[in-house]
Amino acid sequence: MAILVLAEHDNASLKLDTAKTVAAAQAIGGDVHVLVVGHECGAAADSAKTLTGVSKVIVVDSAEYSAQLAQNVSKVVLDIASDYDHILAPASTTGKDVLPRVAALLDVAQISEVIEVVSADTFVRPVYAGNAMATVQSHDSKKVMTVRVSAFEAVGNEGSAEVVALSNSEAATTEFVSQELTESERPELGSAGVIVSGGRGMGSGENFAILEQLADKLGAAVGASRAAVDAGFVPNDMQVGQTGKIVAPDLYIAVGISGAIQHLAGMKDSKVIVAINKDPEAPIFQVADYGLEADLFKALPELTEKLS
Amino acid sequence: MKVLVPVKRVVDANVKVRVNADNTKVDTANLKMAINPFCEIAVEEAVRLKEAGVVSEVVVVSIGPKVVQEQMRTAMALGADRGIQVDTDKELVPLSLAKILKSIQAQENADIVLFGKQSIDGDNNQTGQMFAALTDMPQATFASEVKIEDGKAVVTREVDGGLQTLAMPLPAVITTDLRLNEPRYAKLPDIMKAKRKPLEVMSIDDLGIELKEHQTVLKVTPPAAREAGIMVSSVDELVEKLQNEAKVI
Repeated sequence: MAILVLAEHDNASLKLDTAKTVAAAQAIGGDVHVLVVGHECGAAADSAKTLTGVSKVIVVDSAEYSAQLAQNVSKVVLDIASDYDHILAPASTTGKDVLPRVAALLDVAQISEVIEVVSADTFVRPVYAGNAMATVQSHDSKKVMTVRVSAFEAVGNEGSAEVVALSNSEAATTEFVSQELTESERPELGSAGVIVSGGRGMGSGENFAILEQLADKLGAAVGASRAAVDAGFVPNDMQVGQTGKIVAPDLYIAVGISGAIQHLAGMKDSKVIVAINKDPEAPIFQVADYGLEADLFKALPELTEKLS
Repeated sequence: MKVLVPVKRVVDANVKVRVNADNTKVDTANLKMAINPFCEIAVEEAVRLKEAGVVSEVVVVSIGPKVVQEQMRTAMALGADRGIQVDTDKELVPLSLAKILKSIQAQENADIVLFGKQSIDGDNNQTGQMFAALTDMPQATFASEVKIEDGKAVVTREVDGGLQTLAMPLPAVITTDLRLNEPRYAKLPDIMKAKRKPLEVMSIDDLGIELKEHQTVLKVTPPAAREAGIMVSSVDELVEKLQNEAKVI
């Protein structure tokens, strides 16, 4: 039987998370279909049909779904669930919002943040902030799971799936009021190859400018620790950690971050970790490949300059 | 208006856990336990709604063995009015927890059910959403601001690109994110008073629900250890290593 992947998109474009979730679906093995639920989401559906390994794209395009509310999107998935053995979504805030509702309506347990597919019914997922890896075998008739996208490589764009439109429309009692998105011209945290992150040691929001200069030079995304977010230096969608974004770039540069368990949970699978901190006892040095004990206000400008 | 707050007893957030020797589970014996940080934020928000005069009663519920009463007493010291413990020794998946909570809601008829967004042990982030599905309630997950206006919940949520605000009729499910509030500390007189607040104990059998076995944990292993890194002495050396050794820039 087939595998259904719930697409991550903002109506206008498909997110890379979808291509990574398709990779997890391919690891399970089977016919992969992508479901795009939204409003005026034709462009997202067009991108989805080119994903390698996808045989069918199902589009549900209606005004009721413009905000992709869990309350009604879950029912769209439920309507077609009988055709699928596996239902996957990226572990994004949308996937995490919608999929548990789908699982409960199907009366099956969900497996969250899968990082490895062992077989069609057995998966590996981190627990306790990534301090343990649990191998879980599902006994449910349908496997509903969210995928930790940083653990999978995106599939390419060599596909040509058929596109099928469904005309569901289900009103939700939830109303969308407003949205306030953070403007950034830098790469997204989830897909960046290089990430430069600042913590409490940055001292203020203004000081993040020196971090941004380094990020610009490296073409990097900018992240932050919880301390930096709570202090109001940067918006919370920049938080890397157990409860923020989970990232695994090629290079992660942690500046003025002590390295609490909760922060490490979000970045310790990065390929190369660099820590710049003036406290030689900071726990971040225990996971860093390269550590530099230095005052960040001296080291950062110097590093930015030497990279030119 | 009544608020129901499910709370979970977990290993304290600052404790680094270890996997046991036979790779079957995380060794939690003799570790410091605490109320799950997100549940604590949920209790705080419920108490603030009560202090604002929006809510008249805050009920906490916890599912687990008798020791969970410690965390329920903590919640009561923070301001919850009474507690319900559903006694069980089993480790239950979120769907089973949601089913138990559904039957508690059937008798409590709470207007708002405030969950933490995830427990820091299982890291599932499912129970609130599943409860909302089973009870057919609207949900606002990852809340960073909650207002109750004209019989509606207006909730700002932390989403991937920023913030999103939703409005929904009551009863509704709200799950808390870190930024919702700063939980207070329990004062000694409140801790003493909490000991006398009503705490009802019931079993899963009392609730008349049957739970399924959904999954088996085959093994639990420690994460792959990273190779020990090196300390560099200067920015020059760092740049040199990144360019020539790690080849990442």
